Amino acid sequence: MTSLWPRIEPLLAKVQKPARYIGCEDGAQTPSHRAHKVAWLLLYPDAYEIGLPNQGLQILYEILNERDDSVAERAYAPWIDMEAQLRSRGIPLFSVDTHRPAADFDLLAFNLSAELVYTNVLNCIDLAGVPVRSSERGPEQPLVAAGGHCAFNPEPLADFVDLFVLGDGEEVVSEITSVVGNWKRSGRTPGSRQQVLRDLATLPGCYVPSMYDVAYDGPHIASITPRYPEVPDRVEKRTIADLGEWPYPKQQLVPLTEVVHDRLNVEIFRGCTRGCRFCQAGMITRPVRERPAAQVRAMVSAGLRRTGYDEVSLTSLSSADYSGIDDIVGGIVNDPMCQGTVAVSLPSLRVDAYTVGVASEIAKVRRTGLTFAPEAGTWRMRKVINKLIREEDLYGAVESAFSQGWQRVKLYFMMGLPTETDADLEGIAELARNCVAIGREYSSRVHVTTSVGGFVPKPQTPFQWVGQATVPELRRKVGRLKDATRRLKGVQLRWHDPEATLAEGIASRGDRRVGRVIEDVWRAGGTFQEWSEHFRLDLWEEAMARHGLSIDWYVHRDRDRDEVLPWQHLSAGLHADFLWHDWLDALAEAGVEDCRWTPCYDCGACTGYGIEHVVASPVAPAGGSQGTGQDLATGGRVPVQLLSGRRA
Amino acid sequence: MRVRLRFAKTGKVRWTSHRDVARMWERAFRRVNLPLAYTEGFSPRPKVSFGLALPTGHESVAEYLDIEFDPERTALDFDCEALPATLTPALPAGITVLAVVPLDERVPSLQDDVAVCRWEIEALGATPEAVRGMVDAALAAPALVIDRERKGQVAKDDIRPGIRALAVIGPGEGGVTLAAELATQPRTVRPSELLRALHPELEEGNVRRTHQWSERDGARREPIPLDATRAPHALERVS
Repeated sequence: MTSLWPRIEPLLAKVQKPARYIGCEDGAQTPSHRAHKVAWLLLYPDAYEIGLPNQGLQILYEILNERDDSVAERAYAPWIDMEAQLRSRGIPLFSVDTHRPAADFDLLAFNLSAELVYTNVLNCIDLAGVPVRSSERGPEQPLVAAGGHCAFNPEPLADFVDLFVLGDGEEVVSEITSVVGNWKRSGRTPGSRQQVLRDLATLPGCYVPSMYDVAYDGPHIASITPRYPEVPDRVEKRTIADLGEWPYPKQQLVPLTEVVHDRLNVEIFRGCTRGCRFCQAGMITRPVRERPAAQVRAMVSAGLRRTGYDEVSLTSLSSADYSGIDDIVGGIVNDPMCQGTVAVSLPSLRVDAYTVGVASEIAKVRRTGLTFAPEAGTWRMRKVINKLIREEDLYGAVESAFSQGWQRVKLYFMMGLPTETDADLEGIAELARNCVAIGREYSSRVHVTTSVGGFVPKPQTPFQWVGQATVPELRRKVGRLKDATRRLKGVQLRWHDPEATLAEGIASRGDRRVGRVIEDVWRAGGTFQEWSEHFRLDLWEEAMARHGLSIDWYVHRDRDRDEVLPWQHLSAGLHADFLWHDWLDALAEAGVEDCRWTPCYDCGACTGYGIEHVVASPVAPAGGSQGTGQDLATGGRVPVQLLSGRRA
Repeated sequence: MRVRLRFAKTGKVRWTSHRDVARMWERAFRRVNLPLAYTEGFSPRPKVSFGLALPTGHESVAEYLDIEFDPERTALDFDCEALPATLTPALPAGITVLAVVPLDERVPSLQDDVAVCRWEIEALGATPEAVRGMVDAALAAPALVIDRERKGQVAKDDIRPGIRALAVIGPGEGGVTLAAELATQPRTVRPSELLRALHPELEEGNVRRTHQWSERDGARREPIPLDATRAPHALERVS
């Protein structure tokens, strides 16, 4: 048993938040490593308090530890102070479960949920004592794997990661374990690393970048070709057909120290077919698969009893769309076991499904933070992005909240969307102003926090071809919004740094050549780029220039339909024609309905994989404007004056 | 009804903060479904009051906590002595409930009552003889002035009056073990401040709080008398 704990413990008094490094969470496992067991180190390449709650990582942690042929532990990116301590003493990256050196594992498996963590991935590989470039690793070194949403364009990391997994990981981790187990038993002889990667490349959902050649024609990609006949031309994502078969995590980790989302999390469905065109998550996780209501209830009640949490979050991409959400929320709030002390939070709420009923149930215990995401300020703009909520839907939702005692509501918008005009932008200020006016009917102290982020076009979406707004343009838009909201009492404007939006754009649609940029930024000390205090755009700009890569070409340029995109050989199941026509529909300001409740328009996600939606209710939830036969052409307005009569 | 608990915080869990420990207790109370009294208002919290904060990284076998039960939901024959066996398995490994006693309504709060703590402090980076010399010099000094940072301001402070007793009690694992009785009123002297005052080069090894005392009429009292309970210590953990 090789534990680094005796060398790590003396460092803990010298670093901030030492509890990040001790493990000991309720639900943590101390697996016994055996020669025949494949050892996975599941890494979240950001700080412990961000990574610990990640549900994907926790699901795989349990599945792999339940198997006879594998074990799994966890690691997180050491904070900058701890990294300095480790490096100065030659101590490698370690797992938090048994404090084992990272390089003792057979696989280092990263969760990639955002592009700006890429430099941390390189840093973690390096801290593990493993060469950062895949081509320089030998058979004695672990395989480096990665999954998560960014795996749908992993090309900027192609030189550093041996293996990517596309889609749901529940099933494929077992298949990878079998292949890696064979390699382990064969003694990992010289040259065998190439063979195991070649074997892994034939597993459905597994993408091994070194098995593909990319040819260029000037700045453009000419072709992406498999190097061996058994390697597929196109890697298709994995999808579990029935979420009900995977009631994980069963033992959600309860951290000893403060983390984000510190509460019980129960995933109520996976996938979303609302069809918002900017939303990569919605595009790549189709179809909708609801967890059976009885299982949700069982997971909530067992989870609350085991963890002692007083808050449960019902997670999904759009939780109010769950069939019978009112019953589930009411059931938890009114459960005598909970004694009226368990709060419910619903992340990713669609305004058209947030009703007074849901609001009043939640308010019985505690008014959890409420964020609505209209995403754009005008009906025209929302038709372009296919976020078909009407102004009265938003006003209805905020009125539900204010009438149930909420004082503060957060609205989330994007700026720099395709075809956006200043009028669309000013619509944001107007929506915020009207929401405050509605709230004033109930309380004089209402606040509407209005957050605006720059839009980054994402791979595998209908907007994958469009140029991203420049930093000066985004700054100008922020300025206009500041002017428009300055005199609005109760409206607080917040915005995301346009420079960080630019760096995200470089990594988001980058190709393999951007790998050198990521490596340079990392070597120059650019880790924790998700953290504004550590973000350094100059490092990104210098590295792009050093390698002769044009930011304008990678980020701000519109692509043609014929262009070979860097992720052309990777599939989330969506037909290229579907995405292109959806883009044309966007330009024509035409919406599409939610196919859960309306006929299929054949995006490819179900038909291509022989699966279908798993939805308990054949009708859309009350209040939804999509798929309910409501007239989508109106986009009506509710003049706030009309509401003033209600005070009586 | 109010009760007072004594608990230990040892092992890896000592690297959690005072706030972290407060959250562990709240979760434990809910896990075992204790009928605690809750505060009124927008976010009701159980009525719990913690004693003096233990600095992150230090161990203790003498931590205290007062909790209040909801009289409407608490049976009249509620058995305090069963609490250690119930609560310890619901807490993280390393947090162990040692004793529980019912509390008189008039008992002052832990924060106000405790005046002195006894610590065992491992000093690294000097020989036992050298440390003995430092201790003798410190005890003989009329004043021991150190820089203390408070709310971002550096102030000079004499900690000598706060050192009630100080002695070398033996070699530790990698250093020299000191026993120190340090005042918590009017100003708290922390073990790290004591080491700094002894010698700037001394490094802090393991630190453990062994006692907290109140002082009244010249007598010292433990917040819970040491022989107050014979309840068996519960060392097994749930699942």
